[in-house]
Amino acid sequence: MAPAHPALIFDHIGMTYANGTQAISDVSFQVSPGEFVSVVGPSGCGKSTLLRIASGLIRHSFGSVTVEEDKIGYVFQDATLLDWRTVEQNVQLPAELHGIARPEREKLAQDAINLVGLSGFEKHYPKSLSGGMKMRTSLARTLTLKPSLFLFDEPFGAVDEITREHLNEETQRLFNQERFAGLFITHSIGEAVFMSTRVLVMSARPGRIVASFDIPFEYPRNPDLRFDPAFAELCAEVSAALRSAY
Amino acid sequence: MSKAAAATADNVPAPSTARPKTLARRLGETLVPPIVLGCAILIVWYMISYLVLNSTNRFLLSPPHEVWLRGFADWNNFSEILIALWSSARVAAIGLSIAICISMLLATIMSQSKLIEIAIFPYMVALQAIPLLAIVPLISFWFGFGQTSRVVVCVLISLFPMLVNTLFGLHSASRGAHDLFTLHRASRLTRLRKLMLPAALPAIFAGLRISAGLSVIGAIVGDFFFGRGDVGIGQRLREYANELEGEQLLAAVIMSSGLGIAVFLFFTWLSKASIGHWYETRSARDD
Ligand SMILES: Nc1ncnc2c1ncn2[C@@H]1O[C@H](COP(=O)(O)OP(=O)(O)O)[C@@H](O)[C@H]1O
Ligand SMILES: [Mg+2]
Repeated sequence: MAPAHPALIFDHIGMTYANGTQAISDVSFQVSPGEFVSVVGPSGCGKSTLLRIASGLIRHSFGSVTVEEDKIGYVFQDATLLDWRTVEQNVQLPAELHGIARPEREKLAQDAINLVGLSGFEKHYPKSLSGGMKMRTSLARTLTLKPSLFLFDEPFGAVDEITREHLNEETQRLFNQERFAGLFITHSIGEAVFMSTRVLVMSARPGRIVASFDIPFEYPRNPDLRFDPAFAELCAEVSAALRSAY
Repeated sequence: MSKAAAATADNVPAPSTARPKTLARRLGETLVPPIVLGCAILIVWYMISYLVLNSTNRFLLSPPHEVWLRGFADWNNFSEILIALWSSARVAAIGLSIAICISMLLATIMSQSKLIEIAIFPYMVALQAIPLLAIVPLISFWFGFGQTSRVVVCVLISLFPMLVNTLFGLHSASRGAHDLFTLHRASRLTRLRKLMLPAALPAIFAGLRISAGLSVIGAIVGDFFFGRGDVGIGQRLREYANELEGEQLLAAVIMSSGLGIAVFLFFTWLSKASIGHWYETRSARDD
């Protein structure tokens, strides 16, 4: 199945940093709307580099990238909230930077806050939020401009296991609802298989895609899916591919 | 407080009703030790005045009650100290304000270009390294012996900490936050206004506290060298020492340090009032 018009096309991408570090080599894949693609790989293999190239934050050295830069939402590894702004002011920031008038951006922010289940915390400052709530705020901030391509850089790496599972379920629910194109970086195989339509395995540096797994489970996915034998089997396959990639 | 209660407080994030220390208790814990130490100092002071010194050289350290009676309770003497203190406080305030303006401007320019930063910084360090005494003649040569020179001393002495802290603060926003602004194509000015300056506030306030204290010192020291015009507290200190007015000298010293403390407390309060609602100080962890 090939849905129309991919949101992101990597065509034989390579990246060598100015200091000579070859971060990735010959990476090709596409992400279309309605696809949620996870990339797993050893740390330092160039996963963040991949996202920074996709978003235009850095220039790649080889190959070509096709993407609509205006429609990108980027969820960073840390929540990167501005400490001096309340939850709602943080969530409004992207709309503010794009010059959207106050009444409209307040509405956009409120919708996003409701969507991630943070209503009631609009006036809180980041210092009084838990790690999970900060990450939700960061998610809401990315949702305000309704991007068509979501880039996630190990967003849930710093929160505890239970919170991470909750956030996985909500991300999966958001994806099912909005049907954006998602590119999700993680080093957790369970997280990747639970949320994705496809999981890509990257090799150690210089990173290449060494395996690709289609994940067939229907959305919305039930938390109990994690105990399904088919789920465990897929995780084992990804894990084996990852181990041979080191 | 019992051991069991302390253990519970450790394990559970204590609800406010079960908070182990009441306000009165905390106040007591922070006030009692310095008061006790203060009494001890008074006792030692009396012992030196009456046991170490005899009546002919007691003027070197008059006992506390005489310092009180001559230096503070005698309105003629005390108002003289207050007026001089007010003059020095004004000099310090003017000097600090100028230092703030210069350092904010310089730090902002330096934060916008690495090239400008590395061009300016060595000169700032050099300026900071010049001993004040060495440029006293130069200052008098250019600005005379009056209030202007005193203000110049305040600016010179308080500029560097303010500049370094502001610059450090402007660079303190995380790379992720910068990426966020880059992704949304924020202009240089927007990035400065909405990211770098707010992120710099805690460091700016830290610099302000240091520089304000230094500026007070600068005003008093400047008064020693450049005493023409308004009489500041430095002039009074010199005068009391020359006239062997031990009680007034001690009163003036105590009031000078009182000014320093008041300035420090004011800026601590200002910092808390401006950024306390969002900035997490390290000591805020022991709720
Ligand atoms: N700006 C840079 N300059 C030089 N090397 C870099 C830079 N950024 C990342 N690298 C290197 O490129 C490699 C891949 O980095 P990264 O994409 O962050 O890996 P990952 O996200 O998979 O952990 C690492 O070895 C890292 O040290
Ligand atoms: Mg990374």
